[in-house]
Amino acid sequence: MSPRRAISGGRIDRLRTIRFTFDGRPFTGHAGDTLASALLANGVTLFARSFKYHRPRGVLTAGIDEPNALVTVLSGAVREPNIPATMLEIYDGLNVASQNRFPSLAYDVGALNQLGSKVLGAGFYYKTFMGPVIGPLKGTRFWMFCEWFIRRAAGLGSAGLEKDPSRYERMNAFCDVLVVGSGPAGLIAAKAASDSGARVMLAELDATPGGSANWSGETIDGLPAAEWAAETLRDLKARENVRVLPRTTVWGYYDGNTLSAVERVADHRNTPAKGEPRHRHWTIRTQSVVLATGAFERPLVFPGNDRPGVMLAGAALRYVNQYGVLPGQKIAIFTNNDSAYHTAEALKKAGAEIVAMVDVRDDTSVAGREIAREVGGEYLAGHAVVATEGGAQVSGIKVQRINAATGALSGDPRSIHADCLLVSGGWSPTIHLASQAGLKPEWDNDLQAFLPPKPTQNWVGAGAFNGSFSTEKAISEGHAAGLTAAGATDGKADELPSVDADAFDPNPAPVFEIKAKGKAFVDLQHDVTADDVRLAHREGFVSVEHLKRYTTLGMATDQGKTSNIPGLAIMAETLGKPIPDVGTTRFRAPFAPVSVGSLAGERYGDIRPERLTPMYDWHVENGAEFYAAGLWHRPMIYGLSGESVEQAYVRETKAVRGGVGLVDVSTLGKIAVQGPDAGAFLDRVYTNMFSTLAIGKARYGLMLREDGFVLDDGTTWRLGEHDFLMTTTTANAGKVMQHLEYLLDVVWPELKVQLTSVTDQWAGAAISGPKSRDVLAACVTGTKVDNDALPFMGIVYGEIDGAPVMICRLSFSGELAYEVYSGAGHGTHVWQALIKAGEPFAIVPYGLEALGTMRIEKGHVTGAEIDGRTTARDLHLDWMLSKKKPFIGSAMMDREGLVAEDRLQLVGIVSLDNRPLNGGAHIVEELDEANPHGSLGHLTAACYSPSLGKYIGLALVKGGKARQGTRAFISDPLRKRFGPVEIVSHHFFDPEGSRMHG
Amino acid sequence: MLITCPYCGPRDVSEYTYQGDGNRTRPDPASTDQEVWNAYVYDRLNPAGEHHEIWQHSGGCRAHLAVTRNTLTHVVSSVSFARDAGHKKSDSRRKTGAKA
Ligand SMILES: [Zn+2]
Repeated sequence: MSPRRAISGGRIDRLRTIRFTFDGRPFTGHAGDTLASALLANGVTLFARSFKYHRPRGVLTAGIDEPNALVTVLSGAVREPNIPATMLEIYDGLNVASQNRFPSLAYDVGALNQLGSKVLGAGFYYKTFMGPVIGPLKGTRFWMFCEWFIRRAAGLGSAGLEKDPSRYERMNAFCDVLVVGSGPAGLIAAKAASDSGARVMLAELDATPGGSANWSGETIDGLPAAEWAAETLRDLKARENVRVLPRTTVWGYYDGNTLSAVERVADHRNTPAKGEPRHRHWTIRTQSVVLATGAFERPLVFPGNDRPGVMLAGAALRYVNQYGVLPGQKIAIFTNNDSAYHTAEALKKAGAEIVAMVDVRDDTSVAGREIAREVGGEYLAGHAVVATEGGAQVSGIKVQRINAATGALSGDPRSIHADCLLVSGGWSPTIHLASQAGLKPEWDNDLQAFLPPKPTQNWVGAGAFNGSFSTEKAISEGHAAGLTAAGATDGKADELPSVDADAFDPNPAPVFEIKAKGKAFVDLQHDVTADDVRLAHREGFVSVEHLKRYTTLGMATDQGKTSNIPGLAIMAETLGKPIPDVGTTRFRAPFAPVSVGSLAGERYGDIRPERLTPMYDWHVENGAEFYAAGLWHRPMIYGLSGESVEQAYVRETKAVRGGVGLVDVSTLGKIAVQGPDAGAFLDRVYTNMFSTLAIGKARYGLMLREDGFVLDDGTTWRLGEHDFLMTTTTANAGKVMQHLEYLLDVVWPELKVQLTSVTDQWAGAAISGPKSRDVLAACVTGTKVDNDALPFMGIVYGEIDGAPVMICRLSFSGELAYEVYSGAGHGTHVWQALIKAGEPFAIVPYGLEALGTMRIEKGHVTGAEIDGRTTARDLHLDWMLSKKKPFIGSAMMDREGLVAEDRLQLVGIVSLDNRPLNGGAHIVEELDEANPHGSLGHLTAACYSPSLGKYIGLALVKGGKARQGTRAFISDPLRKRFGPVEIVSHHFFDPEGSRMHG
Repeated sequence: MLITCPYCGPRDVSEYTYQGDGNRTRPDPASTDQEVWNAYVYDRLNPAGEHHEIWQHSGGCRAHLAVTRNTLTHVVSSVSFARDAGHKKSDSRRKTGAKA
């Protein structure tokens, strides 16, 4: 038998023994135990070392509010830090490590921090690490110097470096009533709503729904409360319109009555069952919400209140009644309210000795005095605990008389031997979710607590959440809340279950802190003391928000669930103001830590869809290497064996310029612009005219944004009077579509134009080179392709090997070239027919590298130059700006800054040292390799030009137009590439365009 | 946040793309008044409370919608097609060219 396990009682399964490991030591517990209850049952009281001072810490609570007992769960090489031991259900093989200790929990060298605690007070980091104003460690450099030491000494558990192997999933749910919390109030609310026909979801953060019924020891409907709860739960689970979610923390309340929750599906198992995720994230949209989230007990603040063995009285009630565990053998109790007296009764019944009942109040209730006499031990009304004694475990307490009204201590302190001290400082309703969906919480002077605010969304509260702390009230309020939430009114109150429980007065004495000498902790997780709060005030932090940030009070993983109100009370006293005048900080989501995995769900890794052109398989079979261009996969080169990328694209480029080549251009954005006003619309969105374009002709067009910068370019083909086919760059297809849709819907709804994205409907193959016309003549039927039938920018319709095609003569490469469009389903067929017809002419397929090389040689711009910061003039496209009509961007494009002479302008760059250039390299006037500076602009694209026999590039250079013919340097410190270059015109090759017009 | 598209019904905000302040009216295209154009291109209302906005149902029917949304609560109080609502601009709009 474990030393602290009561002989009987509790809701654990004593026939099932569970084996687990804590800091390498084997332990046993029972099914139904948490790590905290199992370790307490084994007599373990030291759970962790604290955040800043490395002080020994035990377990304070029995639930999600735990600030001290955070542990790291180990699973193979995977570490999950900062899990409250109070929430961790044990299972066979569970392996847990304590945190914040070096080398071990019992002997921690970091505890030396305590000796320096005078300098580690509030704002220590802010003050100390500003650093000197001069010298090598000035300013933040000093912080960077110190950071390594501090990171090692302070902080919570550390995460592992291994990839999380767990699976997570996300669920959407819709219901009429979501009940949050499954204590008596929540259970009855769910039942009432379900009885009214509502679809109900019931979420409970603990493993076993029932809430306080699991540990109150009360009787409901003639049954022990825990059994009544289990029976009610069975009834609810059997209903078609109820879904119960245990181990589910509702952590966020968002607009439209949308709530977020995380279900810990498999954390209580060694390995998840088949198909089971570790966590499941729920997005729940509901008509209304019942908040039955209960209340958190507050500790009292006094010197030594963080010593292991100090525990909340309500938590001790839970340990003894739910888990059959005694937190100590000789127990002292320190309270400012009546609730702790029930704990005393339960512990006495379970076999513990109550050595002292210390109550700050002089005038305690008759019922309280009666219980105190029954449980035995000293009864010290009008007294306070002023210190705890012992090392890493309470061995005694010191008490002194106190005036509860003034807080004044009197008389000599006296020691009492005890191995455990239970504390109650009153109860605070758990209004976190309500705070996210409501106005300001309201202070209740009797309860000395904030009550729920007025709702701004559709929720209704019940039970302790409302400040109604008796089970009887919880049941009646839960019933009413369930009916209200379900929109029903005719529930019968007399059918409610009866409650047999001792009545008690929930109102505490307004005592939050015992001011005696020694470290008294407010925020146990962040090691913030009462003196830190006062120090912050002395240093001028008077707003509660500033105080919180400066002291870091309430900013740890527990978000100050046990420390917010005591901290606020101390702040109020220091300011000399009532608590409600100081105000409380707003509670924000999440209510409790949420695993990032559950937020990501299945959305991790590379989840981008792939866009493949109709000819993709042919490219793969013919040795293409691919680029990702946005979502598209485009051939980069069709390398021969042993060829480098440069050798491949140079070969492909030469083949095109000397003969003929074929490139897949299916990725170009294609938009059908149709309707009687299509021409007029295009005149407004392009800088040049399109309404005058003849049917069967194409034109190069340029689009600006409203602010006058270039948006996109491409050719648009007039297929009919009211029928245009617009092409966009691959990258901007979506953006241009949205731009045009916006204009038609919002700006010019009167225009009769229909837009349809047809990018995926057409396959496109560009055939280029002096022999391209010969290839077409050999395979196209139904039309001629000679210069008369198909002049530059002309369009014809025909067939290739039986497949209908549309051919437009236009050129990106600068060669005689044609774009052959066919239905996407015919793409590969047409492509293969072109390759076959091209065989006598030594046709080659070519990829983006060769395409890019030829466009650089021609000085054509793409997305690298149309980068959202360049104007038409910067890119030498002034000739495209019509003066005959306004267009999008025309009003803004002539602004002073957009026509300035020293803007970045497009130029050509030639490498003078015959070494390759890199995109992104800077252009400078004078080289300074040691201290690179004075950038004039940057290279946007670079290649080896087979036509020029040189390494060349395009660049955007400050005042570049005037610099043509001058020397400069490239400066690329990241790739250590420096060297001389010449700035030239961007038209490297055939500037007259004679080749493509031939 | 839900927006009820007149075509498609109530849909999650993730199906929509925010397309900006719906109080703006594009100046006369022939206007050369830089102040007016500057206000149209760069000035946006940013009220705490009801706001007239344009949202595109980009993951659905692709219509642009004129939406009245409370920026504090995300409550959407009216939705209509932008092309129908185009001419009913808010009174709260600043005088064009006035400084914010
Ligand atoms: Zn829609």
